Amino acid sequence: MLEVKDLHVTVEGKEILKGLDLTVNAGEVHAIMGPNGAGKSTLSAVIAGKEGYEVTAGSITFEGEDVLEMEIEERARAGLLLGFQYPVEIPGVKNIYLLKAALNASREARGEGEIPAPEFMKLVKEKLAFMKMDPSFLQRAVNEGFSGGEKKRNEILQMLVLEPRLAMLDEIDSGLDIDAMKIVADGVNSLRSEERAVLMVTHYQRLLDYIVPDKVHVLLDGRIVKSGDKDLAIELESRGYEWVQEESAA
Amino acid sequence: MATEEMERLVRREYTQGFVTDIESDTVPPGLDESVIAFISHKKGEPEWMLEWRLEAYRQWLTMKTPSWAHLDYPPIDYQAISYYSAPKKPEDRPQSLDEVDPKLLETYEKLGIPLHERAALAGVAVDAVFDSVSVTTTFKEKLAEAGVIFCSISEAIRDYPELVKQYLGSVVPQGDNYFAALNSAVFTDGSFVYVPEGVTCPMELSTYFRINAANTGQFERTLIVCDKRAQVSYLEGCTAPQRDENQLHAAVVELVALEDAYIKYSTVQNWYPGDEDGKGGIYNFVTKRADCRGDRSKVSWTQVETGSAITWKYPSCMLRGKDSVGEFYSVAVTNGRQQADTGTKMIHIGENTKSTIVSKGIAAGRSDQAYRGLVKIGPRAKRARNFTQCDSLLIGDRCGAHTFPYQEIGNSTATVEHEATTSKIGEDQLFYCRQRGIAEEDAVNMIVNGFCKDVFQELPMEFAVEAEALLNVTLEGAVG
Amino acid sequence: MSEDIQPSAEQRFLERLKARDAVRGAEPTWIAARRQAAAARFEAIGFPSKRVEQWKYTDVRRIRDGEFALTDDADFSPAQAAALTLPIEAIRLTFVDGVFSPELSDLADLPDGASVEPLTQALADNHEAVGAVLGRLTGVEFSAFAALNMAFAEEGAVIRLAPGTVVEPPIVVQFLSRANEQAVMSHPRVLIQAGARSQATVLEHFVGERDAANFTNVVAEVFLERGAILTHYNLQEAPLGDALVQSLQVEQDRDSRFVSFNVDLGGALVRHDLVAELNAEGAEAQYYGLFFAQGRQHVDNHTLVNHNAPRTFSDENYKGILGDRARGVFNGKVVVKRDSQQIEGNQSNANLLLSDRAEIDAKPELEIYADDVKCAHGTTTGQLDEDAVFALRSRGIDEQTARGLLTLAFAGEVMDKVGLDAIAERVELAVAGKLPERFNLGSLVETGLLEEGASQGGVADDRND
Repeated sequence: MLEVKDLHVTVEGKEILKGLDLTVNAGEVHAIMGPNGAGKSTLSAVIAGKEGYEVTAGSITFEGEDVLEMEIEERARAGLLLGFQYPVEIPGVKNIYLLKAALNASREARGEGEIPAPEFMKLVKEKLAFMKMDPSFLQRAVNEGFSGGEKKRNEILQMLVLEPRLAMLDEIDSGLDIDAMKIVADGVNSLRSEERAVLMVTHYQRLLDYIVPDKVHVLLDGRIVKSGDKDLAIELESRGYEWVQEESAA
Repeated sequence: MATEEMERLVRREYTQGFVTDIESDTVPPGLDESVIAFISHKKGEPEWMLEWRLEAYRQWLTMKTPSWAHLDYPPIDYQAISYYSAPKKPEDRPQSLDEVDPKLLETYEKLGIPLHERAALAGVAVDAVFDSVSVTTTFKEKLAEAGVIFCSISEAIRDYPELVKQYLGSVVPQGDNYFAALNSAVFTDGSFVYVPEGVTCPMELSTYFRINAANTGQFERTLIVCDKRAQVSYLEGCTAPQRDENQLHAAVVELVALEDAYIKYSTVQNWYPGDEDGKGGIYNFVTKRADCRGDRSKVSWTQVETGSAITWKYPSCMLRGKDSVGEFYSVAVTNGRQQADTGTKMIHIGENTKSTIVSKGIAAGRSDQAYRGLVKIGPRAKRARNFTQCDSLLIGDRCGAHTFPYQEIGNSTATVEHEATTSKIGEDQLFYCRQRGIAEEDAVNMIVNGFCKDVFQELPMEFAVEAEALLNVTLEGAVG
Repeated sequence: MSEDIQPSAEQRFLERLKARDAVRGAEPTWIAARRQAAAARFEAIGFPSKRVEQWKYTDVRRIRDGEFALTDDADFSPAQAAALTLPIEAIRLTFVDGVFSPELSDLADLPDGASVEPLTQALADNHEAVGAVLGRLTGVEFSAFAALNMAFAEEGAVIRLAPGTVVEPPIVVQFLSRANEQAVMSHPRVLIQAGARSQATVLEHFVGERDAANFTNVVAEVFLERGAILTHYNLQEAPLGDALVQSLQVEQDRDSRFVSFNVDLGGALVRHDLVAELNAEGAEAQYYGLFFAQGRQHVDNHTLVNHNAPRTFSDENYKGILGDRARGVFNGKVVVKRDSQQIEGNQSNANLLLSDRAEIDAKPELEIYADDVKCAHGTTTGQLDEDAVFALRSRGIDEQTARGLLTLAFAGEVMDKVGLDAIAERVELAVAGKLPERFNLGSLVETGLLEEGASQGGVADDRND
């Protein structure tokens, strides 16, 4: 599904990713872990197409298509969706408008027509209930005045409505208390299916207790230096990243 | 997103630029007392009206063009302007839409304003000002039933001279400012509304102003009087065909609200802004003022300004009655080389008066925009309150936004608050929307409309829809 | 027909200048030339009328129509001077009606690399060095008053800091105003050149004898080189009959910081123009001001920040309290030049009117020509927070005292940022002392409860602790 090969990325002249390889297949949940500054957020930002990141070498393909050639919105419509670490506030723009505009854009890209209003409302209300969010929330401006937990829940709500093929979650657990984390994790778990994949970027093992990954990768200094299953995350928790660092240096 | 892309996004052609070919009965360019006499005679006005005009003209001769606004334009040659232009057959003016020149109707079609349909379906009476002369007035009977007078100012001068004499110039005196004096001398048409005591006008009143003849300045005069406990909502929308010479537009609007009256005045202004170099756009120098004479009266100005090469406009409220309320909601969008200097004045005279100002400015391209506002609290305006919010959004790095709020506060029990921000469309906001699959252009529109929401929600429903569409067109580009 | 032509106000001032020129000793030619140019400029533009936008709310007739002589002596009773002088350890230059007083000055404790001297001394040492910078920033184009100053200026303060010099004690420039039989005027010049990474605190203190009615027209130019940090205080306690016009302009290089505290308590007619030119990345200006006027005092604060380079920052907070028939003007302007991206500029202004006949005219302006900016301003004029009044009353404090305390707290928000305790305390006492008697703050000040009450908002409880 997602194929990242020998990816080199520089930001303001500084190389952040230094030859990263990653393959994500449909049906899998991957977790990328690593210390601050290792390049975790850079990876998801580059896949989503954020500006200011220069790809100097390597490739990213999604379902065989060259992602780097695609516009930001084309990537999203193809099913590559990013859950932001710091969701952006957009004053005056209601959540419901954003959701509807985004959903219709994706449907249009797939050659489907606009979703009828009643069907849309039914869908959204169902997902809202799942995320334990109040319907009044739809009338509020996107992320404006939201608490940290509300913002993160909003990210997952958008995922549930837009049903991405590959959901990338950038530090989705940061700033969440345990109850909110459970709701977020339930949301992410409900996305899991044979056709879909999830790529999580996280600093802490805690999240992985709730969203159990199929594969765990350690990102150190711009490269994936170690991969394994969920036990690797537990080992990281007890032994720290220095252990991997030493091992990979050896 | 790079700046060039942003600029490309906001660059667009004026989509409503075309010229209707209707023969005009036009006076040669130039202005002197004989031209004023000609206008007055053409309009069949009584002697006192001519005197009133001449008085204004003589004052105008002693005045100088104001220079304080944040605007830059070549001096206007007032002798090169033609001061009268009317469709050819003024004597047999159409009494209903069926009699209207089909070409005019065609023009409205092109503008996307199906007049007859709109009039019939939406229940809106339309007083269409076309080249300075009212061509048609609809729904007169229904209004007459309610006792509401809605007619052209020329008719009002003939048919309701006492009302006109009482109120004309009582809010904006002839010598108020340079452009008001000029208007008072040469105005050729405009609307008159009188809503009698206790009456709520049964429909929204709407006028479409257009400028059509080349080289013809248009000088409307609008006078709206709401008697005690009366209410009216007045809609004014403007579009103009593309032209090469600068066209001067100097309107005067006077509103009078007596005790417990409520006037809501909404404007969508989309005159030709000129080409990419600013050539050929409309000069829009307008004096709009409301007099909240009666206790508990209320006037609300809402405007969406997207057109004109130069706009100079400050809809104001004189809050004289106790507990009277003034409101000003404005969205101004400038692009290309447009210049706008706009804002409001809230003059608090009476006790417990209240005013709200919400101004949203969006500057793109090489345009320049200024908010200029005055909040004055007089010594007798006990417990007066004002809240002002004025935000600017900049698109591209060649435009400018300026805020000049004046506050003159002379009463210790007053509360005056002013907040202003200037920012740009956030890269991160755009990225966020696009990462949800929304096209860049739609994302810009969405963010801009969100920015303007506080004002749009003050517009009457159908106008709000129109305004949003207009904003999208204004910011539309060749992205694709 | 013969007409009785009165000489214009400008002519009267120029006549006085001519008389002065005749008795003044020889001067370097550049000074004479600049005086001449300044006089010509002043004659051309004249005193500003209220039709001039920058002077819309300030009537300068008190100055224009006044008769002000020039003086050459600096006699002042030492006891009285001591009473007026700020009781702080400081390097001190004192001017009496514009004339330097060596007796009342103290220039010991100057560290190496720092030079503080009267203008006449600086000129005598090396007039060319002074001439190279004097008027470069605040020229005769700045205003009629700047031109008038240049035409008359003879004395002032010159402060120079070599790169890396850190001056610990504050440098106080004290302007004493005497109760003369004939009102006098003075046109002091202040020149501050801070070398790279130097640091200092300069305090201009305007004070004098109660019955004085003089005119002080000071022009200050401040040059901050790369990384220099200057904290500048104005403590304006001029006699209530005095007129004061101060034009202060700062030029800032990369990463320099200018912090201004402006406190206006005195004067009949006071006008400040404060301008910072942020000319290179990282330059930062902070303006904090408090003006408190009563009686028929008129205080006008015009501030301007020019963001001339990318990544420059400004922050401003001015507070005004106006009682009786006093009039206050606040005009704050933030200008972002084209291509000056990534700017942050904030401005806030809050005013309190204590009387129905007091007036405030506020005009916070933003003028922005770049799109990557975050600028905001806010201004409020109103009364005290009634909830806070209620809260204090519910603790048993009477209403007037509660209002007094809250008024003091309102002023306190600006004073909190003052680093010099002696200044902060003096201002707080002065504000408390100037507040109307009905506020009953006098006894509170004496018992020292004031600070506690104002800062914590709950006097009764705190006392019980």
